[in-house]
Amino acid sequence: MSTIGSSENIASNGHDHAHDDHHHNDNFITKYIFSTDHKTIAKQFLITGLLWAMVGGAFSAIFRLQLGFPEMDLSWLRPILGQWIEANGKLSQEFYLALVTMHGTIMVFFVLTAGLSGTFSNFLIPLQVGARDMASGFMNMLSYWFFFLSSVVMLISLFVSTGPASGGWVIYPPLSALPQAMSGSGLGMTLWLVAMALFIVSSLLGGINYITTIINMRTRGMTFGKLPLTIWSFFLTAIIGVLSFPVLLAAALLLIFDRSFGTSFYLSEIFIQGEALHNMGGSPLLFQHLFWFLGHPEVYIVLLPALGITSEVIATNSRKPIFGYKAMIISMLGITILSFIVWAHHMFVTGMDPFLGSIFMFLTLIIAVPSAVKVFNYLTTLWKGNLVFTPAMLFSIGLVSLFISGGLTGIFLGNAAIDIQLHDTYFVVAHFHIVMGSASFFGMMAGVYHWFPKMFGRMMDKKLGYIHFWTTFIGVYAVFLPMHFIGIAGFPRRYYSFTNFETFNMFGDLNAFISVAAIIAFLGQFVFGFNFFYSIFKGRLAPANPWRSNTLEWTTPRNPGHGNWEGALPTAYRWPYDYSKPGAEEDFIPQNVPLSQTKESNLPHEEGDLALEKDIENIVVDETGENKLEEPAHH
Amino acid sequence: MSTVAVGDKKLSVWSGGVSPLKASYGKLMMWFFLLSDAFSFSSLLVTYGLIRYSHPAWDPAVHGETFSFSNEYWPIPERVFDAVPFLHGVHLPLVFVGIMTFILILSSVTMVLAVEAGQRMDKKNVEKWMLWTIIGGLTFLICQAWEWTHFIVGTDVPTKLNMIINGEATVMEVFGANLKVNQYGPPAFADLFFFITGFHGTHVFSGVLLNFIIYYNTVVGTYQKRGSYEMVEKVGLYWHFVDLVWVFVFTFFYLI
Repeated sequence: MSTIGSSENIASNGHDHAHDDHHHNDNFITKYIFSTDHKTIAKQFLITGLLWAMVGGAFSAIFRLQLGFPEMDLSWLRPILGQWIEANGKLSQEFYLALVTMHGTIMVFFVLTAGLSGTFSNFLIPLQVGARDMASGFMNMLSYWFFFLSSVVMLISLFVSTGPASGGWVIYPPLSALPQAMSGSGLGMTLWLVAMALFIVSSLLGGINYITTIINMRTRGMTFGKLPLTIWSFFLTAIIGVLSFPVLLAAALLLIFDRSFGTSFYLSEIFIQGEALHNMGGSPLLFQHLFWFLGHPEVYIVLLPALGITSEVIATNSRKPIFGYKAMIISMLGITILSFIVWAHHMFVTGMDPFLGSIFMFLTLIIAVPSAVKVFNYLTTLWKGNLVFTPAMLFSIGLVSLFISGGLTGIFLGNAAIDIQLHDTYFVVAHFHIVMGSASFFGMMAGVYHWFPKMFGRMMDKKLGYIHFWTTFIGVYAVFLPMHFIGIAGFPRRYYSFTNFETFNMFGDLNAFISVAAIIAFLGQFVFGFNFFYSIFKGRLAPANPWRSNTLEWTTPRNPGHGNWEGALPTAYRWPYDYSKPGAEEDFIPQNVPLSQTKESNLPHEEGDLALEKDIENIVVDETGENKLEEPAHH
Repeated sequence: MSTVAVGDKKLSVWSGGVSPLKASYGKLMMWFFLLSDAFSFSSLLVTYGLIRYSHPAWDPAVHGETFSFSNEYWPIPERVFDAVPFLHGVHLPLVFVGIMTFILILSSVTMVLAVEAGQRMDKKNVEKWMLWTIIGGLTFLICQAWEWTHFIVGTDVPTKLNMIINGEATVMEVFGANLKVNQYGPPAFADLFFFITGFHGTHVFSGVLLNFIIYYNTVVGTYQKRGSYEMVEKVGLYWHFVDLVWVFVFTFFYLI
């Protein structure tokens, strides 16, 4: 696309303007809609994700009303829900299941995968590795628009007359495979599968782009050992996605065939509505294996980016280097590998061989080790730091808190013997909402507050941020802590109402309390929504480096254009965590400050990099990532 | 530790600014896509294994000395796939699929030659070998269409299958195969055959389309002008992958 030969992109200062200029003839459509600029695509992912979060949150508020106040007259919701509020003012039971299913689907895939990883991988990878854009801007644009299409199909499914998919976000067959099994297994389920297939395409296009950009497009000096932990986390997340989503695709395709073409992959000997089906020889457990082979890595697809963001935010706002940089990388690597070999701990009650169960239990519990290493490293980074309590910092500390309290119950549930008792109760709901749902959401919020100034050139309001944080933080614990108790008491998930169970009556007020807390926490998100959209247009203008941070994105202009840096790409001379370095003038030294200019604070192990400084500066950056530089120049 | 590092540090391809794996981003993307696709195929083959081994195999002691088709056990592949066009009624186990496999592997060889010609910037030879690769791919697809047709139509003699239809034991005479019932074995046998070879066939089909685009671009001189035939290499990677996957599909369905 660029007409400039790569040989002209040599790091001679200030001769790169032509590269930026040819992007300036954008019109509205190419700039804001079909943009190939990674920053615009990131914002598209973010805003779409936030809108979905509102839908997913609203769904939970509605079903919490049902759970907390089963006698309540919900006729006032009829303008929105129409026929799904029955004549007596009660929420339809079918639609309750649809709400639970869609809440899970939306939150896991559309908010915490696309909205979190899509946003920050896109935004930060080129900016933090020092690249002009993603390796392929076009495929990156396609990635968003496949996600958009997927969103449209999923949105349409909410409005079909038989209701959206209702078999739970895990869509286990045979319930999901037989349209006659429940109304939500009809057209809604078909649309769900179509939307997910599009989503997988989007995720694949994005993922291979993230990986190749990180491998090929790092600026001079940016070794893997100097990458910010955010980039490491996005890198590993993308690898997990590229390897696990195709398995869901295969599972979904087989399900589509069972649903529509009469095959028997997941179905065997079923008698339904007085009729024996022809299906023979399939295995519904097969679906569970395939699903959880994606499903478990998916947990880390949503969590790792949040952990990466937290590492960055905590180090910056503790004004300290991250504790155990290499240990952090090795932990994430360990989590990545382990994430692929623990899936069957979701299936302890499926009648699997107890010996096999004990192997999966063992592998599952090993994940506690890298997770604990990460927690200790966060705490030791915070220890005796000059803490700056920005909203991003609060959300990051909140993440650490949630990661600990949710992780502890993970150790319970990882044990097959205990899991058999607690399986499919609210204890599980509490566990994964804290450790995966809320922790990842906190990471996402930390990211939004932290990088908002770079995204929009303006600051978000701090006070509103504090209100948002405390409402959400207290809200999350008020909602999910009591759920552990009702889970131990035996409350099964996904039940429409518990009023028929004598034994559950004493927990009625606890359920009502959870619902009130959930709705307050949900309403608290509107404070954020206002803050976010208001600040885009009316926020205080951001300084270039508001958090006095080290990473390369803060060396760009306030509103970076397509190409990110005016002039040559920056050079990475040092790791990104030189905070409060003894001897240094300031309490931070950005990555693009040469070691030769900071003799007073250099450490012995940096002598090697110092000696190489001239060589690094002389590296000619191949800005296209096309591996063209060694060829003789024939331009 | 710190003193050891001094002086030992050298610039490497990983120091940034260049492509460390000596591959353009496009080629890397193809590799990662293929890795991803390999996981799709693996899950399908795992599905095959799981469903197949949940069915009994033919056992002479239980099912009778001579093998015949039945929906009570998994069929022996070489008894199913023994037909060759124009040789009606002759028992030639796995001959036709062997020919198909040979053609597909040959087309991988011609693809290698096309890539090699591209590296020499030899337009004429890239055209020639791409054309042979396309012909190989198309021949494979035509063979597969014949194989499917034969599988669907079935043998001269129907198989009598014991079925229970709405609680009543019935004997059905079945010719050929569809997704619900087939004359060769349990329904899952044909389901998996259609799904997995179909999924692979779709890959071959899109490979032929890609090869044709490459051929067209070569003929009109796009790559000569660009100064690089790298697109041939990228599509070549895909083509070899599709061939490699066939080897696995072949092994699973026809050999074991």
